[in-house]
Amino acid sequence: MYNLIGAGLIVIGAGIGLGQIGGKAMEGIARQPEATGKIQTAMIIIAALLEGLAFGALFLGK
Amino acid sequence: METLINDFSPGLFVVQIILLLGLIFLLVKFAWKPILNSLDERETGIQEALAAAERAKAEMQNLQADNDRMLQEARAEREAMLKEAREIKEKMIADSKEQAKIEGDKMIKQAQETIESEKKAAVAELKSQVAELSVSIAEKVIKEELSGKDKQLQLVEKMLGDIKLN
Amino acid sequence: MKEVSKVIRNLVLFTAIVSSLQSFAFSEGQDEGAVDTKEEVSEYINHHIKDSHDFHLFSYTNAEGERKHVGFPLPVIVWSSNGLATFMSSEFHHDDNGEVIVEKNGSKFVKLHSKIYELEAGATSVNLDESHHATNAHKVLDFSITKSVVGILLVGLFMLWAFSSLARQYKNKNVPTGFGRVLEPLVIYVRDEIAKPNIGEKKYRQFTGYLLTVFFFIWILNLLGLTPFGFNVTGQLAVTAALAILTLIIYTFSGNKDYWMHMLWMPGVPVLIRPVLAIIELAGAFLIKPFSLLVRLFANISAGHIVVMSLIAIMFTLKDSLGVAGATGLSLILSFFITLIEVLVAFLQAYIFTMLSALFIGMAVAEHDHEHHHDAEGHEIPDEEDVRADFI
Repeated sequence: MYNLIGAGLIVIGAGIGLGQIGGKAMEGIARQPEATGKIQTAMIIIAALLEGLAFGALFLGK
Repeated sequence: METLINDFSPGLFVVQIILLLGLIFLLVKFAWKPILNSLDERETGIQEALAAAERAKAEMQNLQADNDRMLQEARAEREAMLKEAREIKEKMIADSKEQAKIEGDKMIKQAQETIESEKKAAVAELKSQVAELSVSIAEKVIKEELSGKDKQLQLVEKMLGDIKLN
Repeated sequence: MKEVSKVIRNLVLFTAIVSSLQSFAFSEGQDEGAVDTKEEVSEYINHHIKDSHDFHLFSYTNAEGERKHVGFPLPVIVWSSNGLATFMSSEFHHDDNGEVIVEKNGSKFVKLHSKIYELEAGATSVNLDESHHATNAHKVLDFSITKSVVGILLVGLFMLWAFSSLARQYKNKNVPTGFGRVLEPLVIYVRDEIAKPNIGEKKYRQFTGYLLTVFFFIWILNLLGLTPFGFNVTGQLAVTAALAILTLIIYTFSGNKDYWMHMLWMPGVPVLIRPVLAIIELAGAFLIKPFSLLVRLFANISAGHIVVMSLIAIMFTLKDSLGVAGATGLSLILSFFITLIEVLVAFLQAYIFTMLSALFIGMAVAEHDHEHHHDAEGHEIPDEEDVRADFI
């Protein structure tokens, strides 16, 4: 039960983080469309790092 | 975490490491090295071809410029030659005119000199003839005078008339 | 635009086939006279994401009410307390609850939750505690050709065939034809988008082989996991751990003086902080980096499998409330779109694993030939690269 609550909290946190990453990346792309490729690469890397963190936490709790 | 550790299979880990190392070794040897080498080769080939094309273009431009320059030069040369020829012509004409004038002047002068000398000669001859005539007339007069007075006068009259005709 | 729509159409078609085949495979395994459907489903899913010792295609119940399994057994190779023991997995008769005991070389083996246990001396049957852990048996080192190993071998052979034939094509002509035309841009993509920018123009060459191998290995195995054969190779912790540890070994052994210096005795910070930083850096390099690599791949793929299978299971779990047609339709639509996303994730995870490996290697071999800028107090002004390194 507590595991599930913890998992929910992790997902909320990760969701907020991913939203921030995606939103800021979109803003960046809108501001500088010619840097789309670089921004996307950086976005994917950071999203992956966040994801790794979130999954790590999820599986530690499992 | 416990489930994770429980699920972890050391045997599979070892097998995977061995297989992966083998796969990397084989692929690097038989695939990646030749593929990457060929790609590099192709890319340098393309680069070189592009550079060569660029060079050829530059050379072409140079050639074109050279041609233009040569054409320009030839035109200028022709112009110069024509100008020179014209000048030479004019000079020749002027020269010949001058020559002709000098020659003409010289001839005229010579002619004048000739005329002068002829005239002198003629005058001299005339003088001598007049003298002779005068002498002969005088001779005759003297002879006539010796013969008769009237006759002498008559003769002088007649002779003078003759001389006037001369 | 036309090309794009064609690609999308083909992708959709592919996913539709895959997801329908998956539901076929799933429903085939599901008619086990289920009483409690939900528990059956979660057990099936749990079983599926684990490795298995036989290649199971589908099961059916014949006219006599007997349960028949179609597939083929795989060899079991274990290192027990009495030495090496090899036998075919068919000797377990598809038992997964530790009931069938196989005796080899004087050791008694049972299979319990896809793991092979050796009974303690004198025990005649396996005793389980309430949480299904064996009390009188211990795990053995299992080098069996399991389903995952079969998958690895298949993909390895496929890669050897595909890429060596691509390599052979270059011998005769400059531009590859046929299948090689698909592979070449992918190879160039990994080289130009992953290896070169992260490792650097000068040193990328010696690591490109590893990165290419890992990229295609993970990607093809991820895609294989979407087929109804039920491979879950990149969802095995051991496999991703092996990949991550290989990356760790590579960047540890190719690290130059600067790398170790920045890790153990960080220049430009007060001396007292340096040991603390060294501990953090060491933990980062030897634990966090490989751990995040292995957990990310494992978790993404496992989660993908669980989600797809759960959505397919809607067919059974919601049969009563939505009716057969409704449940089937809902499950097909949902699993179709999730499978579409999984096709993307399959690529993305391969890309991210390779990308991060390249990044870590690049950080280890980076030449710090630039002079660090120091401000008036002698503190180092962090440049872009250091910030990035700290961040990761």
